[in-house]
Formats: sequence, C-alpha cells, structure tokens
Amino acid sequence: MNILEIQNLVTEFDLQSGTLRAVDEVSFAVKKGEVLGIVGESGCGKTVTALSILRLLDFPAKIKSGQILFEEKNLLQMPEKEMLKIRGNKIAMIFQEPMTALNPVYTVGDQIMEGMLAHRNISKKEARAKTIELLVQVGIPDAERRLSDYPHQMSGGMRQRIMIAIALACEPEILIADEPTTALDVTIQAQILDLIQKVIRERQMTLILITHDLGVVAQTCDRVLVMYAGKIVEEAPVALLFRRPKHPYTRGLLESMPLLGKRQGLLKTIPGSVPNLLNLPEGCRFADRCPRVAHACHLKIPELRNRGEGQWVRCINT
Amino acid sequence: MPLLEIKNLVKRFPIKRGLWGRGQEYVHAVSGVSFSIEEGKTLGLVGESGSGKSTLGRMLLRLLNPDAGEIIFEGEKISTLKSVSLKNFRKKIQMIFQDPYSSLNPRMTVAAILTEGPAIHRIGDKSSRLQKAAELLQAVGLSPEALLKYPHEFSGGQRQRIGVARALSLLPKLIVCDEPVSALDVSIQAQMINLLQELKEKFKLTYLFISHDLKVVSYLSDQIVVLYLGKIMEYLPADRLMETRHPYTQALLEAVPLPIPGKKTHEILAGEIPSTLKLPSGCVFHTRCPYVQEVCKQKIPVLRELHPNHQVACHLAEEIFGK
Repeated sequence: MNILEIQNLVTEFDLQSGTLRAVDEVSFAVKKGEVLGIVGESGCGKTVTALSILRLLDFPAKIKSGQILFEEKNLLQMPEKEMLKIRGNKIAMIFQEPMTALNPVYTVGDQIMEGMLAHRNISKKEARAKTIELLVQVGIPDAERRLSDYPHQMSGGMRQRIMIAIALACEPEILIADEPTTALDVTIQAQILDLIQKVIRERQMTLILITHDLGVVAQTCDRVLVMYAGKIVEEAPVALLFRRPKHPYTRGLLESMPLLGKRQGLLKTIPGSVPNLLNLPEGCRFADRCPRVAHACHLKIPELRNRGEGQWVRCINT
Repeated sequence: MPLLEIKNLVKRFPIKRGLWGRGQEYVHAVSGVSFSIEEGKTLGLVGESGSGKSTLGRMLLRLLNPDAGEIIFEGEKISTLKSVSLKNFRKKIQMIFQDPYSSLNPRMTVAAILTEGPAIHRIGDKSSRLQKAAELLQAVGLSPEALLKYPHEFSGGQRQRIGVARALSLLPKLIVCDEPVSALDVSIQAQMINLLQELKEKFKLTYLFISHDLKVVSYLSDQIVVLYLGKIMEYLPADRLMETRHPYTQALLEAVPLPIPGKKTHEILAGEIPSTLKLPSGCVFHTRCPYVQEVCKQKIPVLRELHPNHQVACHLAEEIFGK
C-alpha cells in the first residue's frame, strides 16, 4: 500500500541567470513501512525533492507543478495552516548537519518538546517525561540531566541523536533523512544508522533515506531511486540494483568505488562532470559522459522503461 | 634512509578555562607519534575526529611547530630550521587541502595562484613561470585557458585539481594530502584518486595521505597508520588491512558500509570518542574497546611488531586475534 505518491513533481529556482529546474518531472511512490533510498551526487535534485515534499522551500525556489499525495490529500494544494499539522507531526525530517539544523539558543529539551506541545494536547510535565523517554531511546546517557544542555555542549553524534529524537517526538508516519550520517565520524555513522533502523522497525515507520553513499544504501534500503541532473534514471529493489545495475550512470558509480582490502589498478571513472542545470542538453543528460552513447541519445530524453522485477531504467541502450 | 622520519611528536593546544579556571588545560592533539616514509611510497594516515591526523600533517609543513619530538627530512632535522633554510625547506614539502572552496584565494587568478610559489622562491622569470603553470594545468587535466579565470568559475573537482597543480608548482618531494577527496562527489573522487596516482609516477612524488575514509586510504596507500586520540594504534601494510590486529582498526573496518546488499550482523562500537582535554589512562582506546581488561586501563601499550612492517599497540592483540 502506498503511503506517499509523488507525481510529476517539478521544482525550479528563479535565478538571475535563468530558471534552474532542480527537480524535473519526478514521480515515485513510497510503500508503507519500506525504506526507500534516493541516491545521487551533487545537484541531482534529491534534497530539493525531499524539501518539496514538506514544502520547506523558499524563494527563489518554487514548486511549479505536480502532486504529492498523502492520506488522500494533495500536499501541494494544502493551505499552509493544514501543512503545519503535517510537518513534524505526520512527516518528519532529519537534516544533514546537526550543528546548523539545531537552534543554538534553545536547550535540546525545549527543541524536542516544541513539536510535542504544538501538535499534541499534553501538559509541559507530560511532554518533559516523554522527552526523557525519547532521549533514552535514542541512546543519550544521563537523559534527565541532558534536557537542559545546549547543542554546542554535545558532540556531532549526540546532536544527530537529538535531531532524531525531535523527528520522532510526534510519532510521524514518514521519516525523511537527508544525508543523516555524512557529517559524522565513521564509527559514529555506524551507530546512527543502526539507531535509525532500530526506531523505524520498532515504530513501523516509513523511511526515505537520501544519500550519496552507495554503501549506506546497500545496508539500509529496500528500494532505491537513482537521480541524475533532476531526473530519476533508475529505480529498483536494492538487491537487484547491485546485482544487475542497468543504467550506465549507476554502473559507473558502482565501478568507481574503491573496494576495501583489494589492490586494484586505476579506478574506472565516469569522465567529465554533471551538466550545468542552467544549460541542459537536448536528449539524455548523461549522454556526454556515457560509455554507451549512441546518436539517438542526443535527440530525446528517454522514458523510464519497465525492465521487470520492479526495475525501471531511463536508457535506450541497456 | 627514509625520506621522512618523525620521532615522538607531541602537540598540545592550550586553552583558557573561564575567569577562575584552575591552571591550564590542553587539547592533546598528538601524543607521541613516530613513523617514517620511504621515498616514492604513500603512507596513509587514518583516524576520526580528535585523532591528530590533520595536526600531524601541518607539523610536517611547519605550519604548526611541535612541542616535542623530531621531524627529519632527507636526513636533516627540520623542526628547528629558521629563516633562509626554513624557506628553502618549504619547497620540498607541499600540501593539498580538504576544502576546494576555501583553499584557493578567491581574488587571485589561477595564473597568480600557480606562479606565486615560484615567484617567492625566485624560480625562473615571469614568462617561464607562466609557461610552467600552463604545463601544470595540463598535467592535472585542465586547459591552459584556466589561467585567466578565478576560482569561483570552477566546480569543486576542478578547484581541487588547481590545488593539486599549486602543490606541484614547486616540484616538491613530499605532498601531504589532507582529506583531498572527502568533499568531492563519488565519481569525481575516482577521477581525483586516479590523477593522484598518475602524478605520483610522473613527478616521482611521495605522499602522506590523510583521510577518515578507509576505502580510499587502503586503495592509495602502501602502509597505513591508524591514529586514535593522538596515538598510533596500528601500523600495517595496506594489503594486510583485513588482517588487522587491533580492535580499533577492526571497528573502523566494520563501520564502513559496504555496497553489498544485506544486513550486517557485527557488533557496533559503542560510546563516544573521548575528549582530547583529558586522555583516558592506559590505552586511550580502552573506554570503548569491547575486549578491555584491567591492564588496558593501567598500562599504555607500546607499538610492537607482530609481522614484518606490521606493528600494533595493544596488550591483547594475540589473545583477540590469535596468531
């Protein structure tokens, strides 16, 4: 059963130098209880997609068209008053940099309680008790004392746990995690990923995980979307994506990762770099970097084609 | 004779503690580190926050001065060099920095950036320096047209290439690479890694490669030093990484999410990295080590050789890993 459906989402930035289409006709559905990964490099549109779902974008960004269906309503048509009841309550988000995402002048306790008090009919005392419980669940030792700590008094890993606690405070149905471990040390990353998976399982939540790290995708996701220059280029269940990636970009990404413990010759790289979104070519946006490019690739952007077993690929040459 | 040798390097940063702080407190960044690098090799330096890896890199360039210990380069003690000899030394060791957006002066053209070093050291004249700059750009895969442009006109990956060209401009013998690919996208990382390999051959370089990313370090390095809280935990050949004999290295390896679908069922290393203001007693890793015993809290383990070129600082290495 689909808990969220994004249909033909287009999000643009109105810049002096032109209109930049960060998300270009992106459509996908998220099943209840699944972990969906959105993977891609800088500028592919993954973060803007997530921010569009929660309508957290401000000028010069604009959601130009599309529908986002949640609980049988289109989030993009909702009046802001109703959207306020969704954010942090039904759909919550964890951001990449815990230091800049947390408010430095409020205690962590206050920040966790803020959502609870806004969305639920409970007293401050009850909220405080629930907050202590949450801190314990996210693995903060000495929870009661830490309620009155400020973000700067905590390490990166602890701040990320606070962000998770804030996101969980109202027991949302969907959690969107945007590069939740990128800014953390390796051993702390492993702890945070483990924690996120644990809370998802325990609360039967749906998780949309945005990352550039294919290793994280392999370890945590059920299904993956690969984005490039504003479009989805491949979609597949995770085991299938790694076993037989079909899009040349996906294959290039997988092949360019150095493997632990293996001495290899020069890495296989994807030549060139991502196209300028203000100056996109006609036809396939990956064409000028693609090892399989053919004349037809430059004429028209291919459609996403169904390759069976839940795998969809936007390429005419596979 | 190794190209570079460091012996018992120590660096601590004093910090003030409030109006009525009792005495001085220190951030103990590096607490007695020794290793050497042979000419033409790559030594990888791996560690997380607080490991001291960046501080070590900067001490090699004399951007920071050690509080104790020796740095010996080409047989000469460099920790006490001054004025003219220090200036001459600076040509021999250069650095590539982590952040391509803040490591290039935004008000200098690429030509100015690449000719600045040679100009300071009075190498050649204006036109020969420009000529060399154009050659360097080509060596790093950029067009000489870049000379007239400013850093903001380039992408992160391209800026990093300019940073590499700058490091090469004085034809150094050793380049300290301080997380040079961490800020880059995966596909650009791979290009940069290949470039660094090619340049090493072409310019006969020696690298000290600092990174938290084990995959990249193990790929590029001949030997690896694993640092934790300013001390060496393990020193081993890169191709023996999977044969680690230290619990911390093992934890680092297990924390790396591999691009192989399926759930991992290993133990996650618990706890936070302790503050460098107060290093744990005995083995600095003991507060998080799953195998900790009493001796670990009392006695600082000494680096000892278990295998040729493989040294470990752990009292229990044989017990945990067998022979």
